[in-house]
Amino acid sequence: MGETVIEFHLDARSGVSPYRQIVDQVRRAVRLGMLREGDQLPTVKEAVGQLAINPNTVLKAYKELEHAGLVSARPGVGTFVTAQVHDETIAAHGPLRRDLVEWLDKARSAGLDDESIEALFRDALQDDMTQGVA
Amino acid sequence: MNAVLEAEGLSKRYGRRWALTDCDLSIPAGRVVGLVGPNGAGKSTLLNMAVGLLPPTEGRLDVLGRTPKAGAALAGVGFVAQGTPVYAGLSVADHLRLGRHLNPTWDQGLADERVARLRLDPAQKGGKLSGGQQAQLALTVAVAKRPELLVLDEPVASLDPLARREFLQGLMEIVADQDVSVVLSSHLVADLERVCDYLVVLVDSRVRVAGDVEELLATHHLLSGPFHDMDRLPRDWEVIHASHTPRQSTLLVRTDQPILDPSWTVDQVGLEDLVLAYMSTGEGTLRLTGTER
Repeated sequence: MGETVIEFHLDARSGVSPYRQIVDQVRRAVRLGMLREGDQLPTVKEAVGQLAINPNTVLKAYKELEHAGLVSARPGVGTFVTAQVHDETIAAHGPLRRDLVEWLDKARSAGLDDESIEALFRDALQDDMTQGVA
Repeated sequence: MNAVLEAEGLSKRYGRRWALTDCDLSIPAGRVVGLVGPNGAGKSTLLNMAVGLLPPTEGRLDVLGRTPKAGAALAGVGFVAQGTPVYAGLSVADHLRLGRHLNPTWDQGLADERVARLRLDPAQKGGKLSGGQQAQLALTVAVAKRPELLVLDEPVASLDPLARREFLQGLMEIVADQDVSVVLSSHLVADLERVCDYLVVLVDSRVRVAGDVEELLATHHLLSGPFHDMDRLPRDWEVIHASHTPRQSTLLVRTDQPILDPSWTVDQVGLEDLVLAYMSTGEGTLRLTGTER
């Protein structure tokens, strides 16, 4: 059996469901290269023993990651990382970041402070996500 | 799926006081059930009836398809009573010996493994263990019976936050490892929020709400908006809680349907607020804090 590479942690005050936090943490770890192809995720028992959460929460998160093609479950063995986040998205980071910095300059010269900028960004993202769902 | 616990019109009276009134429940197998309610709501009464320690006054109760008999411990049910009691004069090893002696389904390997992992000294007397260790020992004895249903009455109420976390970690490992249904009670929903996937809220001797946690969260909405006439709300809304100012109405409603009226701001409600709303019935001054959706 492979060695556990990452540990999960939960922020109880974030308002984000534990299942979503686990999904996000695996995604982030893959994106940052902390988890590589072939690495094993914590077993369900390890994860619940560490976080004190319902096993179904971990199973649900792993199922979603499997559905997204990021991991695959080998029955009786464990859940393993199967994919890398595509490099093409990283290549796009540079230009997008430049656009964003430009936009930030505009926002500042329009008189917005950091808090307003964050609120505006989060609001737009939320709107965009809601429309994507509908 | 089969029910591990089914109650119909279940009631219990102590003298003139009804401790549990007209309780209907059907708890599916394979769940971790949180039984939540203020002190004195009837949680212990319900659990003690479920394990056969108390006879019902009225109604029907089936646990694992059988009627619990008063006085006879129920096969297939592991019970950890309130205060997670252990025998002060018996050592840890004695507890396991006693468990093995009393239970034909006893799993010594499981008991030994848990004791080793918890770093309990087998020679230590029960009375000398810390509160957290006593709770872990009581859980070990209950689990080594290899029960189908594990019933725990306020198992973490008297524990400090670290011992509380460790206890729930151990309990969740057991659930991940074994085919066991769990019912545990607490007067604090925060203790149970992460571990339970089914919730029963008991207030004033009555079941106020029961159901799958995800479903409860998906069908309850916190609405705020300009003052609304309560008589003109959609018919399929069940208003759990309402508070008004001359200008504003804040409601917690239960509905399967999406909220279409744009005059309401719809927020998601957390489990704790949901339970509090059911506990404080009717109109009130409860402040609900949702997270924007």
